[in-house]
Amino acid sequence: MAIVTMREALNQALREEMQRDKNVFLMGEEVGAYQGAYKVTKGLLEELGPKRVIDTPITELGFAGLGVGAAMAGLRPIVEFMTFNFSILATDQIINSAAKMLYMSGGQFNIPIVFRGPGGSAFQVSSQHSQALESWFAYFPGLKVVMPSTPADAKGLLKSAIRDNDPVIFIEQERMYGNKGEVSDDPEFTIPLGVADIKREGKDATIVARSLMVPVALKAAEALEKEGISCEVIDPRTIRPLDIKTIVESVKKTNRVVIAEESHPFCGVAAEIASEIMERAFDYLDAPVKRVSGVDVPMPYAKNLEDAAIPKVEQIVAAVKEVSYL
Amino acid sequence: MAANQFKANPIVAKSTQDMRKRTPEPSRLGAEDTSAAGVMDHDAAEEVDARLDPTQAVKDAQKRRFAELDRATLIDIYRQMLLVRRFEEKSAVAYSAGKIGGFCHLYIGQEAVAIGAISAIRKDDYVLTSYREHAHAIAKGMSPDSVMAELYGKAGGCSHGKGGSMHMFDKEVNFLGGHGIVGGQIPLATGVAFATKYKETDQVTLCFFGEAAVNQGAFHESMNMAQLWKLPCIYICENNQYGMGTSLERAMSFQDISQKACAYEIASEFVDGMDVLAVREATLRAVERARKTYLPTLLEVRTYRFMGHSMSDPGNYRTRAEIERHQERDPLKLFSTSLKEERIMSDEEMKNVDDEVREEVEHAVRFAEESPLPAAEELFTNIYADPIPKNE
Amino acid sequence: MATQVIMPKLSPTMEEGQLSRWLKKEGDKVSMGEPLAEIDTDKATMEMQALGNGVLRKIFIQEGESAPLGQLIAIIGEPDEDISSFTNQAPASAAAKADAPVADAPAEADAPIVEKKEEAEEPKPAKPAETETPASGNGSHTPAPAAQPASGRLIVSPLAARMAAESGIDLRSVNGSGPGGRIIKRDVEGLITQQGSAAPTAAKKQTQLRAVPSPGQKSAINAPSAYRDEPASEMRRTIAKRLVTSLGPVPHFFLTTEIEMDRAAEMRSGINALDPGLKISINDIIIKVAAAALLQHPQVNASYQDKVVRYYEHADIGVAVAIEEGLITPIVRAADQKSLSEIANEVRELAGRARERKLKPEEFIGATFSISNLGMFGIDEFTAVINPPEGAILAIGAMSPKPVVRDNEIVVRQMMRVTMSCDHRVIDGATGAKFLQTFKKILENPLFLVV
Repeated sequence: MAIVTMREALNQALREEMQRDKNVFLMGEEVGAYQGAYKVTKGLLEELGPKRVIDTPITELGFAGLGVGAAMAGLRPIVEFMTFNFSILATDQIINSAAKMLYMSGGQFNIPIVFRGPGGSAFQVSSQHSQALESWFAYFPGLKVVMPSTPADAKGLLKSAIRDNDPVIFIEQERMYGNKGEVSDDPEFTIPLGVADIKREGKDATIVARSLMVPVALKAAEALEKEGISCEVIDPRTIRPLDIKTIVESVKKTNRVVIAEESHPFCGVAAEIASEIMERAFDYLDAPVKRVSGVDVPMPYAKNLEDAAIPKVEQIVAAVKEVSYL
Repeated sequence: MAANQFKANPIVAKSTQDMRKRTPEPSRLGAEDTSAAGVMDHDAAEEVDARLDPTQAVKDAQKRRFAELDRATLIDIYRQMLLVRRFEEKSAVAYSAGKIGGFCHLYIGQEAVAIGAISAIRKDDYVLTSYREHAHAIAKGMSPDSVMAELYGKAGGCSHGKGGSMHMFDKEVNFLGGHGIVGGQIPLATGVAFATKYKETDQVTLCFFGEAAVNQGAFHESMNMAQLWKLPCIYICENNQYGMGTSLERAMSFQDISQKACAYEIASEFVDGMDVLAVREATLRAVERARKTYLPTLLEVRTYRFMGHSMSDPGNYRTRAEIERHQERDPLKLFSTSLKEERIMSDEEMKNVDDEVREEVEHAVRFAEESPLPAAEELFTNIYADPIPKNE
Repeated sequence: MATQVIMPKLSPTMEEGQLSRWLKKEGDKVSMGEPLAEIDTDKATMEMQALGNGVLRKIFIQEGESAPLGQLIAIIGEPDEDISSFTNQAPASAAAKADAPVADAPAEADAPIVEKKEEAEEPKPAKPAETETPASGNGSHTPAPAAQPASGRLIVSPLAARMAAESGIDLRSVNGSGPGGRIIKRDVEGLITQQGSAAPTAAKKQTQLRAVPSPGQKSAINAPSAYRDEPASEMRRTIAKRLVTSLGPVPHFFLTTEIEMDRAAEMRSGINALDPGLKISINDIIIKVAAAALLQHPQVNASYQDKVVRYYEHADIGVAVAIEEGLITPIVRAADQKSLSEIANEVRELAGRARERKLKPEEFIGATFSISNLGMFGIDEFTAVINPPEGAILAIGAMSPKPVVRDNEIVVRQMMRVTMSCDHRVIDGATGAKFLQTFKKILENPLFLVV
């Protein structure tokens, strides 16, 4: 165990898995010589060589498709998007090829590929570079969608994603690369996909949060504890397939739930979770499910406006009080 | 080959131009010369027309190709072309009768392209193509039974009825699919070629697509990566001159597709797609380049589809006279005439082959008819290779 | 070998096509891929290409005619080939084929999906034992008596509702402390503590009674009625299919009139007095009168056939007969040509065999006009559904004495209301009204029958 940043944890996962399986290769813009736009791939080129760590031209559709093709022929590509904003250019290959290949081929061609990179809001990069796209990808059967919130989760989940035999969308949070935490150095340390983590136990209200919102929710829980409200914080970690069981069990215990997310509310993941809770735990709810989402506008540049667009501790606290009739 | 094949890394090479000057590896240098020559293989539109109206030189070339091939190979090529023709005719009938649903894009008229090109590769080489792929699937060695059953949406189909006309796959024969988005298969094929090079095999990948796909970004992105990273992929543009109902002239600013390879320094050739042996020969040259030097090639193969874009195509965008003009150069007719002239096959032998392939197609239809519908559970299988049990 | 040219499927949604133009005529040479005809589909006019080589030997449908998918529309064969087997079989086999892909195939394909969906349904959140409780919880929602505000709607969180039901707490007595007076968990919790543990048992009992009422229980049950499923008979299915095909695509309109029946009744008793063996009914007279009126109004004795309107020479009157499994309409052919006694005998005989299910198809298929009489059930007036492709149907109500004004005096007359349902594609309002006027005139003065 050592305290490392999420950036380092991801780097360890990449290194360990590439050392473990020579069919794993990494490609993307600036992943090699530049050492990664966010330094997640630092040192990998020198260590593993240019055959395994490949700098691509800025050609997202092209290299995403190339990755899927390589996966069809037996390799296990890791495709880095410098940010997930650019994955929008590659969605044809992710959705029409990667997600559907196994089904269309009647089970003949699975696509073991990881599309990874930072997503969500960054710091003052305005509308085109601050987007939470998980609900796009989670919409499609055939894709798995993972969003870690701690360095340990990042490492364990990325290793599982690389070993997984299906296409995995692995969305890191740009603002969280520097967050620190304890991380195992056991090369066999993995965290299974599809399993939620209870980040904090509680009995009065449930807060479901993912990625950037997990630390925010934990702070909110701390504040509420002082007021005598005990909150359970659940991080689904994998958005698809979603561990709804853990969430529902918590709701049955607390009877009230707030779902926090940095993405837009409309057709978002929180909306889906709310719907599942309503279907599975209607009779256990003492209050309507409450969402705390990013503001439903493109991300602005100005610092004050940007701040206003992303959910804060106070909003989660207020939402928990609302569902607690306080 | 080794790690030095991957020289995109800016530390290692500043640009291809520099690299060529500084590190002229003999094998690659040769290929690059071919590349240049390839690009200059044809000059202008007049020459294109000239090829469609054979000169003595072209005729001599045809004779030479015949002489170079053994009788069994020639007969097999003829048999494959006929099989595909009969298969597609039967598909049309089955579609008309409502046995086949959805879209159904027929290959009639283009047989020389798939058969000629695929006859030039090995069984362990890869083929990817678009949604007009019944012929490629059969030529690559898939059983007509499983292709027809897939068209019928039956459990006996290669994709168990989940793919249909546009999505034939067979892992056994390295047929990696029909793909439904125009140009979508081009990056995929590039990736397959990437994988074979990564694994240091000498397999090559054939990537077929229509001329309309050339306008997609996927084509240009793939061309760039293929030459940048020296990937053994052979891009075969089946220029049948219409993207659905839009003629090439109405869709492409510069229509000399083979010349587009210049932009990427990729070797290219313009090929008469109605002459099966010409397609085969051009593909052989490209295959050799790919196997020996990992270099890609772009072949523009001029062909023509005799039927509509799909079975639901009203076909009002081209005249009957135009279709008939092209039918004079029906690839099957051209080849069978030559086979007779060269005394490779007699009328009777041809009749026997026709009877055989008809029976093979009838068998496929019977197989498809008798094959059961996919079981209801199939709806929920093959979504994930590693399914995570639903968290109830 | 001859190639059968069938109406091809030219688009994924096409169900039938109209032959807009033959591009070849009988005797022309055709080859594979050559355009044979132009077909109007639901999407576009498309060229149909020949799928065989030879000579166009026989054309079965003419330009302007439509055919369902799969129907044989032509034969391509060698000039000297015997194609008699196709020309003989053509219509029957074509119809049989046509049905298969259009109607049956999609059904087949849909079935597993539907089934599977049900199987795949997420398990219900509550276990069977628990399902009763929400029901009783909902019961407590029922618009409430005096204690509640005028709106009567009880606002309660799902959890509180369940807890109250389990504890036998009457939510109407609870004051909600949530937003808008919503009754929430803590409101119910407070009461549970007060109540102690006796209540729940009683409540459970009550819940069970409500959820599974015993047969003798007559109290108001709000739940949907119980039912049992029995397979629909072939006949019931055919009725369903026919009537749906009717009300769907057939634009109905209705005309009602009231007819004085005293003279018709007099005539009936007069005739039956002449020969007691005759047993003429009012219905027989109605049939005869309808036939006579139809001959005067050929626009009503007609049917709309896709692209053509068909007018009939004779009035073949379908008479709806209720039988055990449903109904059937045996036909009195050329009722206009027949005497009342012939009609009476024929109707009796047909109805008898109808009840024994012994009618031949030609005896109940292909009427030009139908009559449905529910008078014997005391129905005053009703509307009937047209049996396509017929153009109209006449619904006859009961004959009953009613006060009417005649010559400025109120008198009692035997009155009968009839309603004609018309297919507006072939019969217009005035056309139908004129027919009904004639029908009424003759029925009120049956002597017109012999004029």
